[in-house]
Amino acid sequence: MIAWAEPVASTLLRAIAWIALAPLVPGIIHRTKAWIAGRRGPPILQLYYDLARLWRKEVVWSSVASPMHLLGPAVAWVAVLGAALLVPTDAAHAGLDLPGSAILFVYLLALARFGTAAAAMDTGSAFEGMGAAREVSYAVLSEVALVTGLLALSVHGGSASLAHMFDASGGVGSALLAGGLFVVLLAENCRVPFDDPNTHLELTMVHEVMVLDHSGPPLAVILHGASLKLAIFSVLLVKAVVPLGQHSPLVAVAVLGAAAAGVGVGVGIAESLMARLAFRRVPLLLTTAFLLNLFALLVEVEGGRLR
Amino acid sequence: MTDTLNLLIGIAAGLNLLALASSRLPSMIRAAALQGLVLGVLPLLLEDDWSVLLVAMAAGTALAKGFVIPSLLRRAMHAASIDREVEPLIGFVPSLLLGALATILAMLLSRSLPLLPEHSRTLLLPGALATAICGALLIMARTKAISQVCGYLVLENGAYLFGLLLLRSTPLLVEAGILLDLTVGIFVIGIVVDRIQREFDSLDTRNLTELHE
Repeated sequence: MIAWAEPVASTLLRAIAWIALAPLVPGIIHRTKAWIAGRRGPPILQLYYDLARLWRKEVVWSSVASPMHLLGPAVAWVAVLGAALLVPTDAAHAGLDLPGSAILFVYLLALARFGTAAAAMDTGSAFEGMGAAREVSYAVLSEVALVTGLLALSVHGGSASLAHMFDASGGVGSALLAGGLFVVLLAENCRVPFDDPNTHLELTMVHEVMVLDHSGPPLAVILHGASLKLAIFSVLLVKAVVPLGQHSPLVAVAVLGAAAAGVGVGVGIAESLMARLAFRRVPLLLTTAFLLNLFALLVEVEGGRLR
Repeated sequence: MTDTLNLLIGIAAGLNLLALASSRLPSMIRAAALQGLVLGVLPLLLEDDWSVLLVAMAAGTALAKGFVIPSLLRRAMHAASIDREVEPLIGFVPSLLLGALATILAMLLSRSLPLLPEHSRTLLLPGALATAICGALLIMARTKAISQVCGYLVLENGAYLFGLLLLRSTPLLVEAGILLDLTVGIFVIGIVVDRIQREFDSLDTRNLTELHE
């Protein structure tokens, strides 16, 4: 057995697991929303059917589009998958253990957003430009909250590598982080109350308007990337809040999966109960998320001193 | 014990920010009331042997700050039939950030202050400083008289927290006197609110900056 074969095989396995399981999360959210509204709703595997259908369709190219129109979704998908590989899925077989991978994680997500936004603006459509502008202006605020949350985690875990910083205490700091990271999850994935994935009114769409000109396999890649990002944030939230370290790897993975599905149900409930926020109220909510994460950081720093 | 104490003070600090972020008068009053209620039970946590006076004081403080004064404010609000929107001079996001900055600075500052050994592990001092600063910020950055009263209440909560540091050496009767003053003050402000309302048809205190015949 060659020495590098085992880590490579485990990484490949995790990549396949991420790719295969990610479309379940939107399915769970839709199912929860339908259940609360008293409908039967689409099957949980609906996104798989959609992706398969889109993959078979031909691509319609805009006559003014440049190669960026295709490159954007591809770059975004690869970047999101890279970010997914950095997130550890259980205690024993941690993710790719790079020093400072928390920073790489944030930058990969930013790169993915840049790819989608650049591809959206490529056709020169005013609506898509508007959607891209809104997505990026939300990101300015939600990224601050995300980085603060990761900072709190890394102070707690004593490492800037995602593989070592999830050592959840289950205390006050975790409760604050849960609130903050949940809002970040909703904002980063363009869910209600920041954006309504079901709306088809151009003036109110944010993420959906950016993908209007894409069709066929590139659209499938964008949709899959979005579900992958949702799965990453669900796992991140669970890892940050639920103490998993003392369990055996198999139990940890099972708990993680169940809890990530629980986050999907939570998002579905939140979306059913809340209406979309007025655009001018969004900064207040994102600032609240930032402050929640900031106070989680403060709890970590102060808690270490007071104890 | 210390952990519960710190948790309650942390909740009070969070309620400061909630009061700063609330855009409606009822939610601001609710935040101030809840803060009074949370801080009212603190003496019970600080003292081990509960005397009758101590329990009566804690209950009185919680009752006055959590129920009596807020209901007076709500009555004043209904009687004056004013618009419920809070009109900020400093926007909600900047005031939230200022409040958070004040809280963090209070934490840093209280590290370097000499405290009694039994207080050095508690958040009493940073909580008091942060609450007082947030209260002052509420008074300065909001225009309506009732929101300024809420700011005053939060400021008083800060002073009360500060007083808890001296719980051993000052009799609780002093705190009772303060509470009485506060209630009378709220009464007076209620009358003033009514007067402002009759005179100007609004509670905007900016109307009071000019002298007239």
